[in-house]
Amino acid sequence: MMSFMKGRVLVVDDDTALAEMLGIVLRGEGFEPSFVADGDKALAAFREAKPDLVLLDLMLPGRDGIEVCRLIRAESGVPIVMLTAKSDTVDVVVGLESGADDYIVKPFKPKELVARIRARLRRSEEPAPEQLAIGDLVIDVAGHSVKRDGQSIALTPLEFDLLVALARKPWQVFTREVLLEQVWGYRHAADTRLVNVHVQRLRSKVEKDPERPEIVVTVRGVGYKAGPS
Amino acid sequence: MTGDSAASAPGRSGARPERPVGRDMPGSRSARLLEHGFLRGGVRNSPVLRLLLRWVRRPLLPVMRLWRRNIQLKVVATTLLMSLGVVLLLGFVVIGQVRNGLLDAKVRASQSQATGGFAVAKQKADEAVGSGSGADGAAPAGGRGSPNVTEWMSELVLSLSSGGQGAFDVVTLPPVNDSGGGRGPRASGFVDPNKSIPENLRERVDSGTGAVQSYSRIMYLSDKESQPAVVIGKQVNDPKGEAYELYYLFPLTQEEKSLSLVKGTLATAGLFVVVLLGAIAWLVVRQVVTPVRMAAGIAERLSAGRLQERMKVTGEDDIARLGEAFNKMAQNLQLKIQQLEDLSRMQRRFVSDVSHELRTPLTTVRMAADVIHDARVDFDPVTARSAELLADQLDRFETLLADLLEISRFDAGAAALEAEPIDLREVVRRVVSGAAPLAERKGTTVRVLGDQQPVVAEADARRVERVLRNLVVNAVEHGEGKDVIVKLAAAGGAVAIAVRDYGVGLKPGEATRVFSRFWRADPARARTTGGTGLGLSIALEDARLHGGWLQAWGEPGGGSQFRLTLPRTADEPLRGSPIPLEPKDSRRNRGELDDAGVPRGGGQKSATVPAQPATEQASAARTSLTPRTATTSPTADPTALPGNGARVVSRPVPGGGAGGARQHDDEPAPRTTADSRGPDRADTAGAAGNLGPVDDAAHTASRGNPDLSHAGAEGADEQQEARRGR
Repeated sequence: MMSFMKGRVLVVDDDTALAEMLGIVLRGEGFEPSFVADGDKALAAFREAKPDLVLLDLMLPGRDGIEVCRLIRAESGVPIVMLTAKSDTVDVVVGLESGADDYIVKPFKPKELVARIRARLRRSEEPAPEQLAIGDLVIDVAGHSVKRDGQSIALTPLEFDLLVALARKPWQVFTREVLLEQVWGYRHAADTRLVNVHVQRLRSKVEKDPERPEIVVTVRGVGYKAGPS
Repeated sequence: MTGDSAASAPGRSGARPERPVGRDMPGSRSARLLEHGFLRGGVRNSPVLRLLLRWVRRPLLPVMRLWRRNIQLKVVATTLLMSLGVVLLLGFVVIGQVRNGLLDAKVRASQSQATGGFAVAKQKADEAVGSGSGADGAAPAGGRGSPNVTEWMSELVLSLSSGGQGAFDVVTLPPVNDSGGGRGPRASGFVDPNKSIPENLRERVDSGTGAVQSYSRIMYLSDKESQPAVVIGKQVNDPKGEAYELYYLFPLTQEEKSLSLVKGTLATAGLFVVVLLGAIAWLVVRQVVTPVRMAAGIAERLSAGRLQERMKVTGEDDIARLGEAFNKMAQNLQLKIQQLEDLSRMQRRFVSDVSHELRTPLTTVRMAADVIHDARVDFDPVTARSAELLADQLDRFETLLADLLEISRFDAGAAALEAEPIDLREVVRRVVSGAAPLAERKGTTVRVLGDQQPVVAEADARRVERVLRNLVVNAVEHGEGKDVIVKLAAAGGAVAIAVRDYGVGLKPGEATRVFSRFWRADPARARTTGGTGLGLSIALEDARLHGGWLQAWGEPGGGSQFRLTLPRTADEPLRGSPIPLEPKDSRRNRGELDDAGVPRGGGQKSATVPAQPATEQASAARTSLTPRTATTSPTADPTALPGNGARVVSRPVPGGGAGGARQHDDEPAPRTTADSRGPDRADTAGAAGNLGPVDDAAHTASRGNPDLSHAGAEGADEQQEARRGR
């Protein structure tokens, strides 16, 4: 499925120069970019373009990036990568909590951006039939579904990847760095709090009581591991 | 924080004089104790005395503390004592007056009574002489008259005392030096004549003819108790013309009773007055002290950050004025703080906005430059080179922008610590592997020591990693291809990581200045290497945020060592470091410069290392302090994300472990003292300000085993405490 690699990318950014430059770079890497500059029109553009990935600037006229992110996430699990110039903690966390899979801080290098986009699209390449169990959850890796007592739980691709990574080796404690590398595709240690936010999101979906997690267990001082299956 | 070396220098130097004592303590001190304390015995028995004193003082300590701290108690106690004094004085004066008055009256009455009595006695004697000569017709012979006189005298005593009816008694005695055959002592009312009349009174009576008086006690022959009395005596002649002593004894029983009544009344009244005065003092002081205490409590709460606290003001008296002034002060304080907060918020927003506004176009430029850079093979050489320069300088620009933003975040107090327990070995491993390509290029081996056991501390992994990356990359860059050693250690409440290189080292005074912003060893050569000049400043701020220390040591040509010390738990103040700041293999410690016989150690440091002229080489190597690799974060803005449930610790207030209260130290270290002293002195000045001896003890001790070293540090600390306590 190499064609997925060269996917459609929706760029939501109000800075025309940057959007154009992003277009040049993405086309150069073989992606098919489409553009929208206004937060209010972003959702319509998303529905129309059906992109494989969304590049989303946080600061937008009209609806802001957070809101757009939430709306897209409400109807699709498509990978969303945020572009942010605001490095303030709150902005980024709110962005991630609204459903973004990854974020990249301006100014970034084109290669870095492309690597992130590839990492988000990469997972579609490996459809291996596999059944995993973690706690009372049954994971069908190829079918991309998670079920508890026959009830399926909707997860975004990233959350699914995270859960699968943990469930494949339930005996192993994963440090945040390892998870960053396996799930996000970071070569070097990056911001480990990316992991924290997504683990919280994952827990809120798969745990019976997110306050007392049984599926994704925190190992204090080290990282996370899958709960007993 | 002590990494702020410049700031802690004064404290350090203040602690110096104590050093020699503190440093080679264990041996020499006990020796001295032995010499003075036990062998010479009495010369200095102060330890025993002190022990005794302490033993006596211990139970009193709470009382003493209460006394020191409670003004109400002080005032009441003082009032009680003083009024007691006044009442006692008054009592004595009054009682004296009353007694004199009572006695005077009694004595006057007694005197007239006695005078009358003496006259009667004389008259009776005369009468007896008259009747006797008439009856016998001849001068009485010695033997014959005796029975008569005896009888006469008994009668006399009886008749004289009959008028008294217990108001007085009469005693007759023969003169002291008189054989007085037959004229024995006589007394009325069972008075013991011999014991009741004092000897000296008798002598005075014998020696003159006038009436003499004295105070005495009447002794009774019966069981009756003795009582005080006025005795008036006179020499009177009996019918035979021979002298005898006649005494009137007036008991003072009545007066005694009156006096004791007065005394009792006065004592009761005095007691009441004293107690009442105490109570009044207590009440009055309470009136003043209560608002003062309230003010103190509110001031404490204010300083704890509850700025809306105010005093209750009633009335218009001085206390009310105090309250008003206090409230006004609090209000102004609140206003000012609010203004500052607003300002800081504005500044933060401004920085954030600027960063946003700068970053978006920079991103475009960056991407465009990269596209051009990637296509440079198609360009002519000049354009291709320009493309390279453009890309390179954009990197630098980005790094600089990121560092500036990071520093401004520290300045605005917006940096938050997200501490959780981490194993520093992991961090070190990551940093070392990250620096591996650079080390390879430089031909340097980075060795890690002390990573056999976990070195766990509550720390912010991202910040610690940034600090270490900076130190390791610096060490590799300036290590001239020699080994770089990263050493980990943990002891007591602290963990430390030291990065040692054997490059050009640091010149005198540079050990503190390396942490200054944009500081470069040699401005002339500043531009040759990249780096923003902010790396170590940020590292210092990161260490400070943890409540830790970042310190540097170096000797010209001998390499340098940067040491990061962090508390094991985030809030704990540091007391020492498990790794000595000056490495064991420094030139002085290796003994190269010890030929003068100067003992090693902090105290004599400056003398042992000669100041070396700044060579070309030395200045070249330290030009850049922040290689770009050190700060280029590939992914995220460094402070972007919070932890999950990690503790957020506010910016540590300097002072816990170190005297350095200065937040920023941008000026190239105004530390003339350190500079003039020579390199090592300057370098260790980076250590904990007032904990100088501690650090030093750790220093000496840890030449053996790091655990021991900490024990040494604590010991020194205690001793220092004790010294201070005295």
